[in-house]
Amino acid sequence: MNALGDLSPYLVLIAAGFLPNEVWRMLGVVVAHGLDERSELVIWVRAVATGLLAGVIAKILLFPPAGLAEVRPGVRLAAIAVGFAAFLSVRRSVFAGVLAGEAVLMLGAYWFG
Amino acid sequence: MSSSPIDPPPPSSTAIFFAGWRAAWTSVFSLVLVGTYVGIGALAHNYGFSLGWVLLSTLLIWAGPAQVILISALGAGATPLAAALAVGLSGVRLLPMVVTLLALIKRADTRSRHLVLPAHLTAVSMWVEAVRLLPKLPREQRIAFSNGLGGAFLAAAHVGTVLGYCLAASLPALLTAGLLFLTPMSFLVSTVRNSKILVERLALALGLVVGPLLACAEVGLDLMWTGVVAGTAAYAVHRLREARR
Repeated sequence: MNALGDLSPYLVLIAAGFLPNEVWRMLGVVVAHGLDERSELVIWVRAVATGLLAGVIAKILLFPPAGLAEVRPGVRLAAIAVGFAAFLSVRRSVFAGVLAGEAVLMLGAYWFG
Repeated sequence: MSSSPIDPPPPSSTAIFFAGWRAAWTSVFSLVLVGTYVGIGALAHNYGFSLGWVLLSTLLIWAGPAQVILISALGAGATPLAAALAVGLSGVRLLPMVVTLLALIKRADTRSRHLVLPAHLTAVSMWVEAVRLLPKLPREQRIAFSNGLGGAFLAAAHVGTVLGYCLAASLPALLTAGLLFLTPMSFLVSTVRNSKILVERLALALGLVVGPLLACAEVGLDLMWTGVVAGTAAYAVHRLREARR
């Protein structure tokens, strides 16, 4: 019983974390079988992947996890907008965008709470 | 210098693996990952998980948003089933990413078991950099390069996890917010940088609008539908333009 008690967090990690996440990757291996890089289906799938990623971004910004949720929505949106503008104006540099966005988020959170 | 009629021997797969490994460390994503996983390590510490548990979650799950969901759900007392459902929904994005990555690296004679490791290493960071760098490489080098790239990113995430777990007590709230903000900020700019064709730019813009709408309407599986609706609409526009040419 005690041994099971020590192992149970790891069993939960596998059952509730690893398996429900990994199933999508392995399904991807199955679906990719026989697909060609230039096929129309791959272009569509890539568009869906990009759309999903946009959904993830929007969701973290608007319904943030604890820790980010304490920062006002206006500050979060201003930070992402300034980061994006910095990315565009500094030779499409991801580094510049992330740095500028982080600076605005942390200064904004400091001043406005 | 006269050119030799014999081609130089192709680089070994170990050499290609390390080329991928080095490419990862010069990418801004290695920094972003260390930062993101400092946040995840600290979160796990604060909810009372062991360091071994959170390191194993990084190795096995290898998806930042899914790990944040799992740790905060279990930590807040949710049932494993509820946590599994939330993790499963967030993992949908991995399916189209794996499909497009594998289409880029496999050859007609590649066995599926050689694709399991690149598929497991697929995460937003690795996918974004792989899609950008792989087309410049000969196809026979792409699997080893992807494994090196993903392996190095995974190593960076482990470094961050340990740092965050050990520093958790001394992390100010402001810094925690900044670390959690790394994910949306870096996802957005790197996806825009990679979107060279109209379909992808359109899918990204549509997803940013459709995502919040579906989430507010409390549509089930809202992330999956965001991808399908935004991606399909963008693809339809692409087909219409092609047809007009």
